[in-house]
Amino acid sequence: MATKAATSKKKKETKKDFVPNIVAFACNWCSYAGADTAGVNRVQYSPNFRVIRTMCSGRVTPGFVLKALKLGADGVLVSGCHFGDCHYIFGNYKAVEQFEKTKALVKTLGLDERRIRLEWVSAAEGDRWGVVINEFVEQITALGPSPLNHKPKHDE
Amino acid sequence: METTLEQLKKIHAFLCLECGKCTAVCPISRFNNSYSPRRLLAEGLFYGAGDLVNNNLLWSCLTCQLCSQRCPVDVRYSEYMRDIRAVAHSQGKTGNPSHSGALLHIMEMHAEPKLKQNRTGWITDDLKVKATGEVVYFVGCLPYYQDLFSKDFSFAPVSIAQDTVRILNHLGIEPAVMDNERCCGHDLYWLGNLDKFDEVGMRNLEEIEKTGARTIITACPECAYTLKRLYPERVDGMALTVKHISEVVAENIDKFKFAEHPLEISYQDPCRLGRYLGVYDQPRQVLQAIPGVTLHEMPHNRRGAICCGTTNWMNCDATSKQIQLGRLSEAKAAGADTLVTACPKCQIHFRCSECGDQSQRADINLTDFVNIVASALDGRGVK
Repeated sequence: MATKAATSKKKKETKKDFVPNIVAFACNWCSYAGADTAGVNRVQYSPNFRVIRTMCSGRVTPGFVLKALKLGADGVLVSGCHFGDCHYIFGNYKAVEQFEKTKALVKTLGLDERRIRLEWVSAAEGDRWGVVINEFVEQITALGPSPLNHKPKHDE
Repeated sequence: METTLEQLKKIHAFLCLECGKCTAVCPISRFNNSYSPRRLLAEGLFYGAGDLVNNNLLWSCLTCQLCSQRCPVDVRYSEYMRDIRAVAHSQGKTGNPSHSGALLHIMEMHAEPKLKQNRTGWITDDLKVKATGEVVYFVGCLPYYQDLFSKDFSFAPVSIAQDTVRILNHLGIEPAVMDNERCCGHDLYWLGNLDKFDEVGMRNLEEIEKTGARTIITACPECAYTLKRLYPERVDGMALTVKHISEVVAENIDKFKFAEHPLEISYQDPCRLGRYLGVYDQPRQVLQAIPGVTLHEMPHNRRGAICCGTTNWMNCDATSKQIQLGRLSEAKAAGADTLVTACPKCQIHFRCSECGDQSQRADINLTDFVNIVASALDGRGVK
């Protein structure tokens, strides 16, 4: 009985103290530099994400996002250059195409489609990077942990 | 972990005569001369799995069983590959998954008990399905293929599911369709990920039990093979009848009145349906029962059929493309305008090959067995 009480107490705590784990795929030319600008400008924003730099947002195929979700990410952000700004001319159009597929797969898998997000952040938009991350963290916190999230909650 | 002596005995490895027939018929070896089943088997026998697990060629095997078909002493080479892959998997090694591993990640996610999928969107109002019943229709990964491939290859994988239900409805069967069916685990099994395979298997058996069905019908040869042969191998006392849709149609061929359907076709034997399950005649019998359909057999047919070039979404490369082009050209040369296959994956792989450059295309139509049967049934013609 004692163990049962302890686990239920622990469950309650985790729900209250849910800290989302977000994976952010940022393109090398705009969004990664944008995140850098956010750092240089000392923009204050949530630390609940891990950035993975890709050369282009168009490289982020459904497999990338699904792997992150499989490994227990509560949310996945894909971020690239604004249309017309892509270093590879139309890589971000490809990103949209790939993201549509990802969205359909995530829906079929029965996960909330709000767990994945596609955003455009340029190298100068440090503030916007902070806003995007804060918004997304808020959204994921409201959604709660992903059904695939088995990791113990990290200590803050 | 190592492959054990028992495992090697089980696949008849020690009987190998080193005759090299396996390498002579292997579709991969034909285009990639660094790949040789004979050599890989000999390496495993002499040095164990140690070096093989680091060899990328380990993941190239199509597990199409053509080598075992020709082997005079019945060395089970595909199973040997599975055993070595299981060792490699336990060390965290893998090949080059196609589509960035999207489908393999989905399969592994399916092992999660809490997952509540949203996979029945393909069921339109004219299709009669139930939640429980005697017969369950095992859909397989078709809804996921729809999301991933329908735009690129301009075909609808879910039409296979819809037409299967139409055929079953015509026979007066209202199949049960499971809301939360999992991947059958076929690819996980052949890639050596046996833990996840057991998990998805258990989830599926739980779901099937909920429907109360005793018979499973599927339109996917891989699902049919996995449910029929692999599940009973790993779960004791599984008493379910598993049938591929072509067997069901062939059994009830008297109940079908087909409309005239002029078409020059050839039939691609999927490895799992043909060499693994021995279903060669039923699809042919049904296709030839459709008035107007002429079946042109390819030189490599039935037991000698050549694989569609990729299996388990792994190591798809230039060799795969050459196999596909060769196979499609073979069908074209046999006099067919349409290649009929009974496996959704074969169709995806062939369609991918047909997306290539003009000089790399065979320009042949591709369709699924159930699509042809259903369209001859209601006379709507083939798309």
